[in-house]
Amino acid sequence: MAAETLLPSAAPVRFVAEDGSRADRGGEYGEPAEARLKEAYRLMVLGRRFDVQATALTKQGRLAVYPSSAGQEACQVAAALALEANDWLFPTYRDSVALVARGLKPGEVLTLLRGDAHCGYNPVETRVAPQCTPLATQTLHAAGLAHAMQRRGEDAVALALIGDGATSEGDFHEALNFAAVFKAPVVFFVQNNRFAISVPFEKQSAAEALAYKGIGYGMRSEQVDGNDAVAVLAVLDDAVKHAREGKGPVLVEAHTYRIDAHTNADDATRYRDAGEVAKWREADPLKRLETYLKSRESLTDSEIEQFAADAEVYAQSVRDTLNAEPELDPLSLFDHVYAEPTRQLAAQRAALAAELEA
Amino acid sequence: MTTTMAQALNAALRDALKDDDRVLVFGEDVGTLGGVFRVTDGITADFGEDRCFDTPLAESGIVGFALGMAMGGFRPVVEMQFDAFAYPAFEQITSHVAKLRNRTRGALEVPMVIRVPYAGGIGGVEHHCDSSEAYYTHTPGLRVVTPGTAQDAYDLLRDAIESPDPVIFLEPKCRYWSSEEVTFTRTGAPMDRAVVRRPGKDVTLIAYGPMVATALETAEAAKDEGWDVEVVDLRSLSPFDDETVTASVRRTGRAVVVHEAAGFGGYGAEVVARVTEQCFHQLHAPVLRVTGLDIPYPAPKLERHMLPDVDRILDTIARLQWDDTPVVAGA
Repeated sequence: MAAETLLPSAAPVRFVAEDGSRADRGGEYGEPAEARLKEAYRLMVLGRRFDVQATALTKQGRLAVYPSSAGQEACQVAAALALEANDWLFPTYRDSVALVARGLKPGEVLTLLRGDAHCGYNPVETRVAPQCTPLATQTLHAAGLAHAMQRRGEDAVALALIGDGATSEGDFHEALNFAAVFKAPVVFFVQNNRFAISVPFEKQSAAEALAYKGIGYGMRSEQVDGNDAVAVLAVLDDAVKHAREGKGPVLVEAHTYRIDAHTNADDATRYRDAGEVAKWREADPLKRLETYLKSRESLTDSEIEQFAADAEVYAQSVRDTLNAEPELDPLSLFDHVYAEPTRQLAAQRAALAAELEA
Repeated sequence: MTTTMAQALNAALRDALKDDDRVLVFGEDVGTLGGVFRVTDGITADFGEDRCFDTPLAESGIVGFALGMAMGGFRPVVEMQFDAFAYPAFEQITSHVAKLRNRTRGALEVPMVIRVPYAGGIGGVEHHCDSSEAYYTHTPGLRVVTPGTAQDAYDLLRDAIESPDPVIFLEPKCRYWSSEEVTFTRTGAPMDRAVVRRPGKDVTLIAYGPMVATALETAEAAKDEGWDVEVVDLRSLSPFDDETVTASVRRTGRAVVVHEAAGFGGYGAEVVARVTEQCFHQLHAPVLRVTGLDIPYPAPKLERHMLPDVDRILDTIARLQWDDTPVVAGA
């Protein structure tokens, strides 16, 4: 494939400017249908409310930790909306809002962060891999699974979410290389939110854009304004289509910003100034989409109110779910280590059972 | 028929590929070349590139990609080429391959085999001869097996490929070319069981992988010293077969564990602890170890000083308090 066909656009793809007016950097991409944009808006409202609620729950000790994705809702929601039911999503710890948008229940999404289990949902039924905490390791799983599905003749795609920090990991590069060599139907979606905990992008990579990293692997790449939901959805729709048609993997970089700290346990004032955060707050993806849809008369005030009210009901359900303390069975520790418990594990299980009865 | 261990492994791969469409063989150089040790010789030619194929040179990539394929319903058998080259894949193996079943509470399993040519004795240069078993056996969720004979190479690899759990399959490089009679139908014990390779009354030698043959040689040589040596081949390092091992030690009352890997913090320490815990009252002497030295694997011209051999094992057996002479602790 000729190098120029792999290159991302010169500037990030953008359909909507920061003030909500129509921008003109959509390139060859078609604008997603109005109904999809409205659905994206609804899910972004829901996602933001979920994020605020989860952060509050950490303060009450209901969650061990919560990595907020506030400010990244356009990316989170578009990642879920770009996929069909049979496609696979490979999220990281920061991508809880993408799981909400994918339709998982809040209890399922927050099981990991509450500390009840490593993965609160059934990956096979939801087609969502466990939220990955080591960086970039899941990109290889996405590539392998995508290749497996292609071999089996399944018309399905895998989408792996990663942050800017993860693009420095070896596994990211091995995954891009494997996916490109095997022409696996996988989309690598980098949310460049400018910080890997405290390390700014400038210290993470000397590349002008992470999207440029695709060309070295022979992979089509694109960069997009990550706070423009219309653009992110347009680009991801196209990337998923490209992969599904067997044309190979795609790398998409969204330029965005993490408004909150790395997690509730982090102090972001130590490594970035308030002015920068304030500037990015102005680039709020939710407000931008709302203004844009209203200007096109695709969204009414009463719909906005309705979505906000629905999000409140949802937040209540998050609280209810998290306030209920499910009883955990200590003996379940020995389940699922091996297909059948080994003799050693059976003995340890019996010992713990005796301890519990004593 | 008389076959080398490498040919027995090749036959096991072929039979598995024939029996189960989900089995795939891949890694660096396993295709056209047939692997640097020729374990996959001719498989691509006979089964096609769909079933046995070369990948980019990246161990983490091979293992992580294989895990994804296992999620997608395949049963990958991947090759790491050399023990010390597998370390880039260590995170994938310990954080993901070993844990996916547990993390997903049984919703996903990882039926894959990671073949690792391991251990020394072949005159390999730096980074070609590590005994890395302790890293893997210390990781719950993995099964770790190693054949000591060509027949077991066939049997264990067939079992490993059929296992619903991920298996680290350690192939003793120095035994690849040793020939013996092999039946290509499974004749051995189940994958998680040790076997008594040679019965004896006086002392149990506990060995695995490359040291099984050395232990058997030692047992023959020990006859001249008047010792009747029993040899237990562990086969499965994880899970460990306490029953077979302790039954043997209870019969003989003395035990020596032999392995090539460094002794400190090594696999043998676990075996000694388990045997001591379970056989204390039957033991006539402390359980001793003969291991590699606690040094990085040496240059080829010096490796003979590192590897346990018949003499060193006989010297250790001699220290098992046959009379009132106190045991000299390991240096």
